[in-house]
Amino acid sequence: MNISENSTTLLSIENISKSFISAEGQELLVLDSINFKLREGEIVSLLGKSGSGKSTLLRLMAGLIKPSSGNLFYRNTPIHAPVQGIAMVFQTFALLPWLTVLENVELGLEALGVESKERRKRALKAIDTIGLDGFESAYPKELSGGMRQRVGFARALVVEPDVLLMDEPFSALDILTTDNLRSDLIDLWTSKRTKIKGIVCVTHDIEEAILMADRIVIFASDPGTIQAEITVDLPYPRDTESLAFRELLDQIYMEMTKSERSRIAKAKAQALLQAAHEEEPTEHPEYAYRLPVVDISELIGLVEAMEDHEVDGVINLPVLAESLHLDVNNVFPLTEMLDMMRFAKISEGEIAFTDAGKKFANSNIQERKQIFAQHLLQYIPLAQHIRHILDREPSHRTPESTFLNELQNYFSEEESERILRTIIDLGRYAEILAYDYDSGELSLENPQ
Amino acid sequence: MTQPVYQPNSLNTLTPNIWDIIVFIIVIGILAGIAWGTQQMALPYKVGEPIEISLAPSALPRYALSSVLRMFIAMFFSLIVTFTIAPLAAKNRQAEKFLLPFIDIMQSVPVLGMLSITVVGFIHLFPNSLLGPECAAIFAIFTSQVWNMILSLYQSLRTLPPELREVSKMYHLSGWQKYWKVEVPYGTQALIWNTMVSMSAGWFFVVLSEAIEVSKQNITLPGVGSYIDKAIREANLTALMYASITMLIIIILYDQFIFRPLLAWAERFHAEIDEETAIHQSWFYDLLTKTRLLKTCEIVFTKFADVFVNGYKRLIPRKQLKLSEKYKERISATSVVCWNALLVASLILTAIALVMLIRHEVHTKEVLHVFYLGLLTSIKVAILIVLASLIWIPIGVWIGLNPKFALVIQPLIQFLSAFPANLFYPLFVIVILRYNLNHNIWTMPLMILGTQWYILFNVISGTENIPKDIRLAVRNLNVRGWLWWRRMILPGIFPHYVTGAMAAAGGCWNASIVAEYVEWGGNTIVSAGLGQYITQYTHEGDFPRIALGIGVMCIYVMFFNRVLWQKLYRLAEERFTLI
Repeated sequence: MNISENSTTLLSIENISKSFISAEGQELLVLDSINFKLREGEIVSLLGKSGSGKSTLLRLMAGLIKPSSGNLFYRNTPIHAPVQGIAMVFQTFALLPWLTVLENVELGLEALGVESKERRKRALKAIDTIGLDGFESAYPKELSGGMRQRVGFARALVVEPDVLLMDEPFSALDILTTDNLRSDLIDLWTSKRTKIKGIVCVTHDIEEAILMADRIVIFASDPGTIQAEITVDLPYPRDTESLAFRELLDQIYMEMTKSERSRIAKAKAQALLQAAHEEEPTEHPEYAYRLPVVDISELIGLVEAMEDHEVDGVINLPVLAESLHLDVNNVFPLTEMLDMMRFAKISEGEIAFTDAGKKFANSNIQERKQIFAQHLLQYIPLAQHIRHILDREPSHRTPESTFLNELQNYFSEEESERILRTIIDLGRYAEILAYDYDSGELSLENPQ
Repeated sequence: MTQPVYQPNSLNTLTPNIWDIIVFIIVIGILAGIAWGTQQMALPYKVGEPIEISLAPSALPRYALSSVLRMFIAMFFSLIVTFTIAPLAAKNRQAEKFLLPFIDIMQSVPVLGMLSITVVGFIHLFPNSLLGPECAAIFAIFTSQVWNMILSLYQSLRTLPPELREVSKMYHLSGWQKYWKVEVPYGTQALIWNTMVSMSAGWFFVVLSEAIEVSKQNITLPGVGSYIDKAIREANLTALMYASITMLIIIILYDQFIFRPLLAWAERFHAEIDEETAIHQSWFYDLLTKTRLLKTCEIVFTKFADVFVNGYKRLIPRKQLKLSEKYKERISATSVVCWNALLVASLILTAIALVMLIRHEVHTKEVLHVFYLGLLTSIKVAILIVLASLIWIPIGVWIGLNPKFALVIQPLIQFLSAFPANLFYPLFVIVILRYNLNHNIWTMPLMILGTQWYILFNVISGTENIPKDIRLAVRNLNVRGWLWWRRMILPGIFPHYVTGAMAAAGGCWNASIVAEYVEWGGNTIVSAGLGQYITQYTHEGDFPRIALGIGVMCIYVMFFNRVLWQKLYRLAEERFTLI
């Protein structure tokens, strides 16, 4: 679809920032000076890994939350609360289980005070449009995931919105269902059978973004900023095997690894800086680094898979991700972790083993643990920090709340919890620390 | 006709704080105030023509109808109060601070003690009419169920999934529409379950509240309870048997025609979309769904519900008057100040009432004596819970491991738990009198007679809940004997057991008021304890002492809840919940 510069602006976001207040009273910046416009006739994908603030931005557009600073407009009127004309489709469908398909679809009309006969007529039309006819009297629990999400779409369509917001609408569905639903949605869009003038879709699936969007906005995290915008000029339906498609895929991976690399470089530089001024209290200690949340068995699985995909000493990330069915939420945290631990080096759209990484990949279980422990303590500041405090304590035990409180100065409660869980998991694997679930204490019970 | 069952994350642990103390003083103060005021009223009073209760079996259907009617009137008021108070507690922080401890305390006030205090007030409200005692009886039944129901709905409102909240906001549902379309349906299943649990326990109170002796005066209302009371006074075993059969029929009818159909209907409100849930089935409900009558009813109901929930939106023009943020803030700030002032005022007033009462009527020594009596009763409760556990855990586990047997026996246990235990008291009394047994020891079983089933029921469901894979794996490893109990069964059933034991202990305290002071014919068997103290002074009409007894019992119950049961419950949640 061709979007000229002077087509009407549906949504306009000017210099929006959003921060939350942590449990420790600290301000946590989630989105930093975002500027964005949705014009009539375009589908925009917001692409980024979890925690990059893309969902927060969508909720800001929906009027569900308020920005800390900046302005939001829908057709030149400011957004303070959900406005009529904008509808939303949810990741978990968010259907009311006690209402039938028809009643679920009617919900939005009821809220508008539409009389019951009119309500029924319009709901049936929306159900027909989305291909749900025959299921009107079914309860959501009788439906498969794909059909449930269709109810979610019908519920949105029935209020005849201009703008449709979608929060990872396909991420709870399997591949076949997703393909089917997405192509139906694109048909609906291109045939202009609805009144929708613009769509914003949050996703962490790169292929999905290229398949649907006219424009892809790539988010970088910590805090969430717009890293790049890529225009997709391919006609529908788009072919994932086409050369143009592959080129876009590579381009997006390149952009995403770029933001990844600058993050890692920043963290490494800070670690160095701090090592130089040892023991000096700083505003932002090195351990306060948003450790990527990874699963130890996935990490090792990735190392093994990387070996198989190595060509001329490098591994192509899009190919690796595709063959392992990894999405943005897996691939980037895992590769970031490997890079942080100096087992691998990320370059644009590619990743390569370091010597240590190669050695790690070729070792047996016990040797691996030793190498892992060594690298964890040397390169991950949080591991260092925890180990340092445990060593210093005469009893070699510290309650987890101590570390959680420290982390909560820099991260939200949930984020801190996730980071600590990750480091405990890695530390246990490396056998550099122990954790007692019942007492909630970290200790050196079984040190090396 | 069922018991509280263990539901993960169902108990919101209330950490004791200053609010508990404030609210406690207010509640007890108000009770004391009522009691004090009551005593100032001229006694004796007239309650109209005394009702002659007939022991003829032919009179029983009429009595049964009256009793059931009382139950349903109380239920109706409980529902109204629940739908008003629960959202208030869930949505207003100021109200919540007061209401949560209030509900917690009211739950530990013994229902029968409440009856003793309120009956005189109600009689004075409607002099020369049976309406007074009638209201008192309904009020007692009401207090036995309403707190449980409020807490249930409150908890559902607080745990509403965030995406449902977002949907309501995104699609512009008003607060009123959201409450009836989203929040209430979300809480319906839990609410119905809790209501039914309360009602089952309620038969005990229905029976007791119909015939009470206050200030040496017998007040009787037509009902099964009065019939039983008279049969006990006249030591008429045959009449007692008729009454038992009547209760049996009532409970079966209630179970088959109300309880089970309701639960089957409420299946649709199950919030977990992916869980297969055809647990509750009812032949009567299946039958109903096939009739044309029900379909017609449903259409009418849907129409009515639509007007009720959405009607006002059509009447009121779309652009509503919206208060500015500033104005809103000012209003809420003012109301917070007023609310707090009101609380402080009632705190001071009730504190004065308490001090006056104790100063004028009761000596410190007596207060200590009442605490000693409370200690006696708590020792009894502790012994009974241990004994009942020793008996019912092995039996429950055995039943739970034999699913076919469990299928047969579970309805029976459910039934036993709904059956008013006081109908069996005479059997014990006759034995105690015949063999001249120690009153203190041998009346103890009466206290747990009605509530021991909570333990058994929960142990059975806990055992059934242990995944089959775990059981097979343990057998595969050849784990047996004490190791089998220690490593698998006891930890496996722990969360369920705690729920059952907690309910059983609470029931024991309530029952102590009847069980420590039992009559049969002209004989009265008394055993030392707090329940006996309350009953004795109820008969004598010494209201300050009743209030004192109730206050002390309240303190004991809350103490055990906080110190023992909630700790165990939290442990169960964290450690022993099966994934």
